[in-house]
Order: sequence, then structure tokens, then C-alpha cells
Amino acid sequence: MDAIVVEGLRKRYGDVQALDGVSFSVREGEIFGLLGPNGAGKSTTVRVLVTLTHPDEGRAVVAGHDVAREANAVRRTIGYIPQESGVDRYGTGRENLMLQGRVQGMHGRELRARVDELLELVGIADAADRVVQGYSGGMKRRLDIALGLVHRPRVLFLDEPTTGLDPEARVALWAEVARLAERETLTILLTTHYLEEADELADRLAIVSSGHVVVEGTPAGLKAELRGDAVTVELVDGQVDDARRVLAGADAPVEATLADGRTLVSRVADGGHAVPRIIAALGGAGIAVASVSVSRPSLDDVYLHYTGRDFATEDSGS
Amino acid sequence: MTAARHTVFMVQRQARNLMREPIWIALLLIQPMVWLILYGQLFKNVTRLGGFGTTSYVTFLAPAIVVMNSFFGATWSGMAMVADLDRKFVERFLATPASRLSLVLSQIVRSALTAGLQALVILVVALALGVHVHTGALGWLVVVVVGMLVNSAFAGISQGLALLTRREATMITLANFIGLPLLFLSSTLLAQRQMPHWMRVAADFNPVNWGVKAARAVVLPGTDWSSVGVHLGYLVALCVVTAAFANWTFRAYRRSL
Ligand SMILES: Nc1ncnc2c1ncn2[C@@H]1O[C@H](COP(=O)(O)OP(=O)(O)OP(=O)(O)O)[C@@H](O)[C@H]1O
Ligand SMILES: [Mg+2]
Repeated sequence: MDAIVVEGLRKRYGDVQALDGVSFSVREGEIFGLLGPNGAGKSTTVRVLVTLTHPDEGRAVVAGHDVAREANAVRRTIGYIPQESGVDRYGTGRENLMLQGRVQGMHGRELRARVDELLELVGIADAADRVVQGYSGGMKRRLDIALGLVHRPRVLFLDEPTTGLDPEARVALWAEVARLAERETLTILLTTHYLEEADELADRLAIVSSGHVVVEGTPAGLKAELRGDAVTVELVDGQVDDARRVLAGADAPVEATLADGRTLVSRVADGGHAVPRIIAALGGAGIAVASVSVSRPSLDDVYLHYTGRDFATEDSGS
Repeated sequence: MTAARHTVFMVQRQARNLMREPIWIALLLIQPMVWLILYGQLFKNVTRLGGFGTTSYVTFLAPAIVVMNSFFGATWSGMAMVADLDRKFVERFLATPASRLSLVLSQIVRSALTAGLQALVILVVALALGVHVHTGALGWLVVVVVGMLVNSAFAGISQGLALLTRREATMITLANFIGLPLLFLSSTLLAQRQMPHWMRVAADFNPVNWGVKAARAVVLPGTDWSSVGVHLGYLVALCVVTAAFANWTFRAYRRSL
């Protein structure tokens, strides 16, 4: 069953078409990543799903409830960790959590126990009774996450959960999210700029650009779709044109020439097999090779490919 | 029901945060005393003009200071809303089943409770200055209620403007713009009889003056209870109208997201 279904969302703010027909779906229990450059429409999509923003067109269903017609049912089932924290800075961590729980209809001993449990879970129990203003950025982010979890939501929306965290805290938070997904049997939708983050966490992801989904799939599947490995050949001298001809003959067509004028990138089916062939062919033509390296497609390549910022067009000398 | 419960939660949060601000509490208590003592001394001899219903200016003044203080406090009440909007506090609750009404109403209630507390302080100081509330305990209650009603009525407007403009600078300008004119178009400092004719007429439409009339009537001898009742009625009606206005602007705000 699908925990989130999004169909043809459109939203316009003045002159800006923030969403231009976003569609995707997320299965129950899945961690789904929304990836895309600044202004792509990730936050706007999330805000529609958490009932904050009304789309001009299109429809979205979260945990079986339509976000427009059954907004309150959606609000009871979801947790939302916004890009910009909405904590009350002048209250303590615990007070923030208690208030959040109360408006979600929790009370008494059950609520107090849940708050204690969450403070422990996100690791801010020691600071629970201090005013949030004195928290570090990472502690605030942890509190944000706890706030989204108080009422045991079934679907969790994380809008750039790791922005502003140091690399160590970021990795710790990834582990946290993965564990939560497991322990609290959550469906998670997260947006991010960090490709490693999506690669690490997401079961599936969609790349959003200019208000629509350009591609959707598993990280591995998306990488596989960019068939083949990249072989980067650095020449001793700048005999680029000769090398191009030789490589084309050796079944390793050159995709790009880097700006330094002596480095070529070829796309080949299997890097391991191609390298000896490439070296032999270039050697036979009297072209000296400084280095050869093979790289498997990364999510970076996928991202750049689909958001139209392919290095082949950016760095190509010709 | 949910709206009432959620309003209580939200008011508790604001009250608790304010309690953490000792300077705020000190100013809250000192400010109305300053009004009372300063104006009381400045205009001490003005009662000689006649029409004040008492020869003790401070007795004439004390109930009006309650109203003035409530009114001034209310014109600033939208600032807290602007801060909550800015910090995305409001949005956080919009993604929960929190009562929408409670998010606005709690701001008005917090503002009115503060005004009620200040009204009590003013009455106690007035007592120390020798002011005798003619109708006794009931009179004290009426004065405090009037303070809260005047405050909520204007707090509703302030909240509405906060939601429409979402800018602190605009709020400050507006507070200054309406503050003094409404004060001088009322009998807060001077007996209405001593005002020019057109101002006297205008004062009848000024909610600040409704409050002053009701509060003063229960402090001075010769209380006209039906007039007190009518003015309280006007204030209650105005509170409902401005709270509805604030709620309407909140809906507009939510639609703009
Ligand atoms: N309330 C708003 N008013 C006007 N324009 C808006 C509003 N919200 C979003 N936009 C515009 O819609 C577009 C998409 O914004 P959105 O915040 O969804 O992008 P994003 O993918 O989350 O970007 P980022 O990675 O920077 O967070 C942007 O051009 C933005 O300027
Ligand atoms: Mg965003």
C-alpha cells in the first residue's frame, strides 16, 4: 500500500511556478528522498503534504487521507520537521514537547512518559529543562525531530534534517533516522541537497527540478541507468584530438574533455575490461598516458545528469 | 471545547515564558504606577474647573489610568504574534490538529490577563494614594473587567493587523498612530464637560471612552448602573467583532501560505 500519493501538484506564488505538476508515490515503511537544487520545489511539496499549503491543482493522499478534504486526519497521522525550526525558543525542550503532545490529544502520564522517552532517544535528556535559546544548533535540530515524533506518527516528513549540522552530527543523525524508521515503523519522506544522504538513507528517491519530478527510482537503479563507468585518462602532452580518435576506435568514445586540455573522460560498459585496452591502444599510437582511473557512476552523476548540469557540458573544452 | 482547551495550553506557554523575564514583570508592575503618580501630580489642580464629580483628581484619574494602560498594552499585543509568525511557531502548529482559533485567541487572552493584573496593581496603588472606590468590591471587579475588555477589544485589532502586515515596523507605526489620538479623544485626563463640543461628540464613539465612563462611574459616588451596563455591553460587542476580525485575518494568512 502507498503511504503517500502525489498527483499533478501545481502551485504558483506570484510570478514563480513553485510546483509544476509534481507526481510520485511512497510505499508504506519506505524512506523516500526528494532531491533537487535550491528552489526546485521540495519544501513546497512537503508543505502541501503536511496541509500547510493548498495547491492550485492536483491531489495528495497521506496515509489514506486526502490532504485537502481530511486535513485534520492527516495532521494526526503525520510528523513534520520543517526546514526552519518552529520551536519556542523561550520555553524549555520539555515544555515544547509537552505542548506539542497536548495539541495532538495526549495527556497525563502517557504524555510525560513519551516525552521522557523521546528526550532520551534524541539525546537531549540532559538539556530537557533548559530554555531552548541556549541549545546548540545540533541540539535544536534534535528537538525539532523529537517534536515531530511525539504522537507516534505513521508518516514523517523531514525537510532538510541535516542542514546546519557538522559532518559528525550529520552521520549520527542518519543512523538515528534509519533506526527510527525501523523502531517506530515509520514511512519517511526526506528532502536533502546531500547526495550521500539520499544514497545512504533512501530506499527510493525522486529528483525534483523546476517544480517537477525529473526521475524517480532506487539509488542503485538510477545509477545503473547511467549505463557504464567513467574512465578518466590524463595525457602527458595535450594530444587530445589524436587520443579522441584512438579511443573511439578502441570502443571507448570520449564524452568530455576537461578544461585542463589534457584530461579525457570516456563512458564504457565495463571499466575493468576497458582500461588495459585503452592503455594498449594509446601506447600503440604513441600517446603517453600520465594516469588512468575508473569511477562507478555516483548519485552525483545521476543528479547532474537529470538536473541538466552535466559536467560534460560545463567543463567541455569544445 | 477543543478551542478552549488549546487556548489554555497556548496561554500557559506565553505566561510561563513571560514569568522567565523578571525585567518584564517589574516594568509591568511599575509602569501603571508611573502613569498614576505622574499624571496625578501634573493635573492635581484641574478639578477646580468643575465637572469632575470629585475634588480629588487622583480619584477621578485612577479608573481612567486602568483603561489607558489596558489600551496602550493592547496596541502592542500584535508584536508577540509577529514574533511567533517569524519564528515559524505558528506554522508548526498549523501542521497539527491544534485549534486554529486558539492560536489567535490565546494572544488576545494573554494580553487581556496582563491588563487585568495591571488593573489590580493600579487599584492597590490608588488605594494607597487615598482613592476610595465608592461601590466597594463590586466596583473593583468592574474596573478590572473593564480593563480586560478594553484590552481585548484593541488586542483583536492589533492581532489582525499583525496577521495582515506581519511586520514589526508597521505595527509600531500603527500603535503610535492610533494611541495618543484615542487617548485625547476621551475623558481620561479631563472631564468630558471641559472638552470642545466636537471632541465630546467624537468621544462618545471612542471605545476607550466607553471604558473610562464605566470604570469611573463605579469609583465615583452617584453610580449610574444602567450606564455602566450599557458601556460594558458596547465593549463586549466590540471584543466579539475584533476577535472575529483577527480570526478572519488569520484565515487569510493561512490561505497565503
Ligand atoms: N511563500 C512563498 N512565496 C513566494 N514564493 C515562494 C514561497 N514559497 C516558495 N516560493 C518559491 O517557490 C520556489 C520553490 O521553493 P521551495 O522552498 O519549495 O524550494 P526548495 O526546493 O525547498 O529549495 P531549498 O533547497 O532552497 O530549500 C522558489 O522559487 C521559491 O522562491
Ligand atoms: Mg526547501
